[in-house]
Parts: sequence; C-alpha cells; structure tokens
Amino acid sequence: MKNSFSTIFLSSFLQVLGIFIVTFMILHLLPGDPIQVMLGESASLSDQSELRVELGLDQPIYRQIFNSISQIIHGNFGQSILTGAPIKEQILFAMKNTYILALTSLFIAIIFGVTGGVAAAKYKDTLLDKIIISSSLFFISIPHFFLGPLLMLFLSIWLGWLPISGMESSFSIVLPALTLSLGMLAIIIKMTRNCMIEIMNSDSVRTARSKGLSEWSITIHHIFRLVLIPLITIIGMQFGSLLSGAVITETLFSWNGLGMLLVNSIQMRDYPITQACIFVIAISYVVVNLFTEVLYRIVDPRMKDS
Amino acid sequence: MKKLVLFVIFFWSIGMIIKLFFGFDSNQMEFSEILIKPNFTSWLGRDDYGRDIFYRLIDGFLNSFEIIFSVTVISSLFGISIGIISGYFGGKLDQFIRYITTLFMAFPGILLAIAFAAILDPGKFNLILALSIGGWVGYARLSRAQTILIKNLDFVKASVSMGNSDIKIIINHIFPSIRIPLIVEGTYAIAGLIIAEASLSFIGLGLQAPMASWGGMMRDSVRFLLVSPHYAIFVGLSIMSLVYCINFLGDYFNQKWDIKNNEE
Repeated sequence: MKNSFSTIFLSSFLQVLGIFIVTFMILHLLPGDPIQVMLGESASLSDQSELRVELGLDQPIYRQIFNSISQIIHGNFGQSILTGAPIKEQILFAMKNTYILALTSLFIAIIFGVTGGVAAAKYKDTLLDKIIISSSLFFISIPHFFLGPLLMLFLSIWLGWLPISGMESSFSIVLPALTLSLGMLAIIIKMTRNCMIEIMNSDSVRTARSKGLSEWSITIHHIFRLVLIPLITIIGMQFGSLLSGAVITETLFSWNGLGMLLVNSIQMRDYPITQACIFVIAISYVVVNLFTEVLYRIVDPRMKDS
Repeated sequence: MKKLVLFVIFFWSIGMIIKLFFGFDSNQMEFSEILIKPNFTSWLGRDDYGRDIFYRLIDGFLNSFEIIFSVTVISSLFGISIGIISGYFGGKLDQFIRYITTLFMAFPGILLAIAFAAILDPGKFNLILALSIGGWVGYARLSRAQTILIKNLDFVKASVSMGNSDIKIIINHIFPSIRIPLIVEGTYAIAGLIIAEASLSFIGLGLQAPMASWGGMMRDSVRFLLVSPHYAIFVGLSIMSLVYCINFLGDYFNQKWDIKNNEE
C-alpha cells in the first residue's frame, strides 16, 4: 500500500514476465517430451517431427524464448493443433464475450451491492437489515457450480422466464451474469454496510451533522467518499474470482468465452490454445490490479504523499 | 448456526459408520432404478447409471478428504517453512521469495491449478500436486508477515542474546507464536480447497470416472436437471454445507483467539 507508482509498475511488469514463463515454458520444463504429450504416444514419428519444427521446438531454448516473446508482442499466439486456424481470432472473440459477461456481472454487483449495503446500514437492526445480511451470508458461501444450476432450476425450468443456456437470445446473459455476480454482490453489501456503520459513528460525521448539513449531503460527501476506498480494493480483489469463476460459469451455461475455450482446449489437448487462454486471463488480472492501485491513489488524496 | 454445524458433522459421521460397518460399493448399478427419486432403500435417490447417490456422496467425501488433507499438509509445511525463513533471515533471500510469491499471486483463483492439471495426466497424485502448487503461497505470506512482527519482540531478542542458534529460536519461539493465525488461515484455506477441488473435477480435470468426486457428480447432475433436480440439489447442498461449516469454524477460531489482521 505504501509503494510508489514505479514499484507498482515494476512489479506488474515482473508479474507479466512470470506469467509468460509459467504459461509458455511450462511444457518445456516438465519432464517428458511436449510433442508426445500433445499428440499422444501413438502418433507417428513424421507427425511428431513435423509439429516440432512447426512449433519451433527443434531450436535451442533461448531461441524459443526469444521467438515466443516477439510473437506475443505482435499478438500472434500461433495456430491451433487440431484445426490449424490462427488462435488470435478465437481468443479475441472469446475475450469479447468474457469481458461482456464480467463487466455485466461487475455492474450488477456494484449497483445492487452498494445500494443494499447503504440501505442495510441506514436501517440498521430493522427487518430489512436482517433480511439483507442473512441472504448475503447465503450467497457468500455458495459455489458457482451450485448457484448456476439452482438459478437454472428456478428461473428457467420452473418459472420459464429465461433461456437455460447458450447465447442465442439477448436474455441469455442474465443467468450466467447473475451466477457470477451474486457472490461478489454479497461481499460488497457486507463490506459497505460495516464500513458505513463505522464511519457514521465517527467524529467527522458528527462534526458535519453539528454544522447543520442535510442527511443527504452527509451521506454523499462525508460517508460515501470514505466507503469508496475499501470498495475499490475489494472490487479489485474480487475481479480475480470473477475471472476464475468465469471458467466454471461459462462451461455451465455454454457461454462462448475464454473459460469455455480453455476447458474445451484442455479436453481436445490443443495446448497452444490452452496456453493463450491462461496467458490472457492472467494478464487481465494483472492489468485490473494495476488499474485498482492507480484508481486508489486518485480517490484517496492521502495516498499521494506516501 | 451451531445446530447446522452439528447436523453436518452428524450426517457425515453416519456416512462413515455405514461405510465402515456395512462396506457398500458406490459403483453398483441398478438399471431398473435409473434417476429414481429418494426412497427408503436409496435415501437420496439414484443417478443416471442407477448408482446410489448417498453412497457416492460418501465415497466422494472420502476421496476429497484424502486429496485436501494431502494438499493442506504439503502446502502448509512448505509455505510455513519458506515464510519463516524469509521473514526471519530477511535480506536478498527475502526479496527473492517475495518476488516468487507475487508471481504466484498473479494467477487468479484456481487458474494455476487448471494450468498444471491440464498438462499433467489426470489422477489423484497429480491433482494433489496441481492444487499444492498455488496452495503454499497463502501460508508463506502470512507466516512471513507474522515472523517479522515476532522477531523484533523482546523475548526473541533475549533468546538471541543468550546465544541460542537460529534453528532453536525458530522452533522454540517463532513457530509457537505464529501458530494461531496460521490455524485460522488454514481453516479458511481448507474451505477454499474443497471448492477448488470440486471445480477442477467439474471441468473434468479432477478424479476420473468411475471414481466418485463431488465436482464430477455436480457436472453429471446438471445434465439431468430437468428430470431429476434432486440429484443436483443433494450434491450441491453437500458441498455448500461442508464449506459453510468450515468457514464457520474459521470465524469461531478467529473470534475465540481474537486475531487482528496483521497482513496488510
């Protein structure tokens, strides 16, 4: 938290380098022949050597590292082993879908989470507060792969309101987005409520009240600004669980995003795609963390001094 | 809340007793009773191969237990030793270890486990390995932070001035003082591991059929959501209630020992 901008950028850069090593070098670092892992042991020798030349695995290791770095900088992830199609287009298409899903979930979680948290804090110890708190406890402990089927069961099968899976209708996004967002929503509610209550009893708010400011103005200018700081931290932290949760949720709802591409490529043993997916997901996470750190300093002027 | 925890413990104890004394086979199929609803002979109904869901849940629990126990032992031993060494000795080594942990933190959630499980052959041992690869980081970070707090306290300084060796100080003074926050962290980590293990099995990277695993059962049950919703609900409730209980236990330890969050 006390790090300067340059350290944050440096550590993010090192993280990107580390992600690159883990994802693209892992096949080479593991014992055994990566080509045999990809093609299976029954593949013919000529097929094996052909793929080896195609992936550049016949070259010395420093040459391979250099080649992959320069390819990735150009946004070139190579070709799919199975279809031979360039991975870049598949990744871009999947990325678009995943980001649509993730941003919709984030939007739902923030809007309802903050409203719910503020309401629970304002009407503390009433029935409304108790309902909000106990239902958020439920959503914090429910895993994605159970919440998804439950929502399918209630909203699609029993009530018939929404399509069960796929991406055909424009309402298809509702179920996967709800599945991804409810856990995060619950965490935001809990945090906003506790933080609000703490700040409502603080000296600065008492001073503002004694100055005769309206309740509304106190809530917006004095309480909410302070709530915003931990809120940004928690959203940044939760974005990671949103990305890894997307793997499960997309598989469950057949949503054509990075998560489903990843799972399918693993099942097909199409390792170049697997590597590209893991790389892109991890990089998005690092970028979001970097963005959170920067935003943090803009919102909280106290951070500028350190 | 305590009643729920007791109920969950009671439920799985009954399962263990049945397993121990009656020794059932969870892979036994009854083709005439495929996807049957709960009844007196099969308490939670049967799955798409006519296998008893309750028996499979118990076997899945045992398999998960074995995996999660191993992962916790491996990752806590490794993580805590690394963390204590890093915090106690400091210097270049500490910087290097900090960099390594930051690197591991760059992978959100179970992504690292997915990456490794995808490349390794499926199986119990490799699943344990894949989950441990990311699992030690939390322990290492916490024990490092705690060690740095403890090592500057007077009683440790006194021990140093008495000429005790570093190993002796770590075993006699550092480790006992950081034990409690580690137990709390470990409890929450176990709850996370249950979900991680089930998630890996859910996307087909965990234990392979016909071995019973909760994540695998969850995936199978979703295909039959329309005809037999009880299958998905029972499997989901089993996972969720267990995770909830372990988190509750973590909160209980946290309150009992009144731990302040030192890892900022």
